[in-house]
Amino acid sequence: MRNRFADVFYELGKDDERLSIIVADISPAGSIAKFREEFPARFINTGVSEQIMIGMAAGMAQRGLRPFAYTIATFTLYRPFEMVRDDLCYQNLPVTIVGIGGGVTYSTLGATHHAQEDVAIASAIPNMSVIAPCDPNETEVVTRWCATQERGPVYLRLGKAGEPDLTADAPDPFVFGKLRCIRGGDDVAIISYGTIMKIAVGVADQFEAKGESAAIYCCHTVKPLDVEGIRDVLARYKKVIVIEECAPNGSLAMRVQQIGFQDRATCEIDIFTLQDEFIHCYGSHEDILAAHGLSISEISSKLGLS
Amino acid sequence: MSDSTGLLRNSFDSDAARMRCKQYRRRILDISQNVTALHVAPAFSCVEITDYLYNTLMRRDADGKFEDVFIMSKGHGCMIQYVILEENGYITSEDIDAYCTPGGILGAHPDYETPGIHASTGSLGHGLGIATGQAYGEKLKGTDIGIYCVLSDGECQEGSTWEAIMMAGNLKLDNLVAFLDNNDFSGLERMSEGHQAFYPLVEKAEAFGWEAVEIDGHDEEAMQAAFDGRKGGKPFMVICKTVKGKGVSYMEHVPIWHYRSPNKEEYQQALDEILGADR
Repeated sequence: MRNRFADVFYELGKDDERLSIIVADISPAGSIAKFREEFPARFINTGVSEQIMIGMAAGMAQRGLRPFAYTIATFTLYRPFEMVRDDLCYQNLPVTIVGIGGGVTYSTLGATHHAQEDVAIASAIPNMSVIAPCDPNETEVVTRWCATQERGPVYLRLGKAGEPDLTADAPDPFVFGKLRCIRGGDDVAIISYGTIMKIAVGVADQFEAKGESAAIYCCHTVKPLDVEGIRDVLARYKKVIVIEECAPNGSLAMRVQQIGFQDRATCEIDIFTLQDEFIHCYGSHEDILAAHGLSISEISSKLGLS
Repeated sequence: MSDSTGLLRNSFDSDAARMRCKQYRRRILDISQNVTALHVAPAFSCVEITDYLYNTLMRRDADGKFEDVFIMSKGHGCMIQYVILEENGYITSEDIDAYCTPGGILGAHPDYETPGIHASTGSLGHGLGIATGQAYGEKLKGTDIGIYCVLSDGECQEGSTWEAIMMAGNLKLDNLVAFLDNNDFSGLERMSEGHQAFYPLVEKAEAFGWEAVEIDGHDEEAMQAAFDGRKGGKPFMVICKTVKGKGVSYMEHVPIWHYRSPNKEEYQQALDEILGADR
């Protein structure tokens, strides 16, 4: 995912001199290293200084450039939060802040490196768009969108490396702000986004094994949320499941429940999110998700599939 | 006229500058009579600085619009900026009349995209970071646009300001100039009494890769001399010793005037002192 982002950024940056990347002491992955070599002036390392990373991005955008701020998700959003809110969102500037390793991707580093509330926090800020692609292919189109958009600030939540391709056969293309069906189905709908999508796919497979047809929708754009799209899904399926790598408060799951309540939806809504707690657990990304109750087996069990 | 960095300047007339500053202070006092709270004193401490910026440092295009960029990082000092923007046709007297009222466009802190306003400030410690990005952006674009910023001494307690100072020094942004309105007052106490480790300032700025000078912030001739003597190649910090509430005896160094508007009698006294000064 990280490498696909880098490839696209490099390709676009060759032709668009407005594209720049500001990192805060994070080693440039993949093609970003190439970008740095070829366009050193447009690669800026602020060092371990995230507030100036965001402040500079704002100032550069005000002078007509299209900067991306890039570091580990916690440091791109939490440490410089007021700069994100005031400099980028209040001034509504077209800056993309890239959160690498969103959610609990940095699974061995402890909660200091877990952006487990990132999507909820970023979504709470006016003008901010929040996008979390689910695989490298979707990352490619999302990056392209971010690099060419003019509407305002974007929090782009990425994983790290090794994510499987899940959208090669998606019936729907990526459209900013639109729920994307990536696998058709009739009985059950699973809504998810980001790298946890692979668990959503695993759960859908469990439904299929039981003879139930499960659709998968990627809610890559968590904000602005495709409320109409969610509404349609709630009306169309007898059961809707949200699987999400974000703490519950302010999550997509809460929004789906809210829309269901407002619409008096008759479908069942089941939600699976990170827990509202710091879990002192170290291991693989899957291990940490499982510690939060987010594994194919745990979710399947709660859904009565096993 | 230009200094060694190539940043051009307009001609400077110290008598004209003094007259302008009197009228700016008078206008601010007039405005203060229509609103219950106005940051008069924080604006008065940077009247000469802001006048020098707009009228001597910042160049204009053929239509008289400013080409260079000014960011009032100490957003609560913006009344002096509003008055100068009014004088230059960016905002109207109706806009000033509607200050801080529904339907108006001017608040107690500058708001980005209000005509003539280049950054939303008010929360301290943001302006210099934005200015650093703007200065770097102009370098990337290959322009000679200058980015000017006014800081308060209080906001130099924010770590973010020092991140910006360090980064601007790293990038050798000689198109960036910061005026530090060193009026010695933070919200609670005098900086010099409660925060002695804040000083010295010139040495700190120099250690962070800036060229720095310390001058009387109410003396525009000193500003002119500072820019005449600028060596260049680095961002430039002009540390200005100023008086909060400068020009009105009962406001000077008195914290309540950070936010209070004078009553009718106080207004008249202030006007007499401002207009009578230096006669």
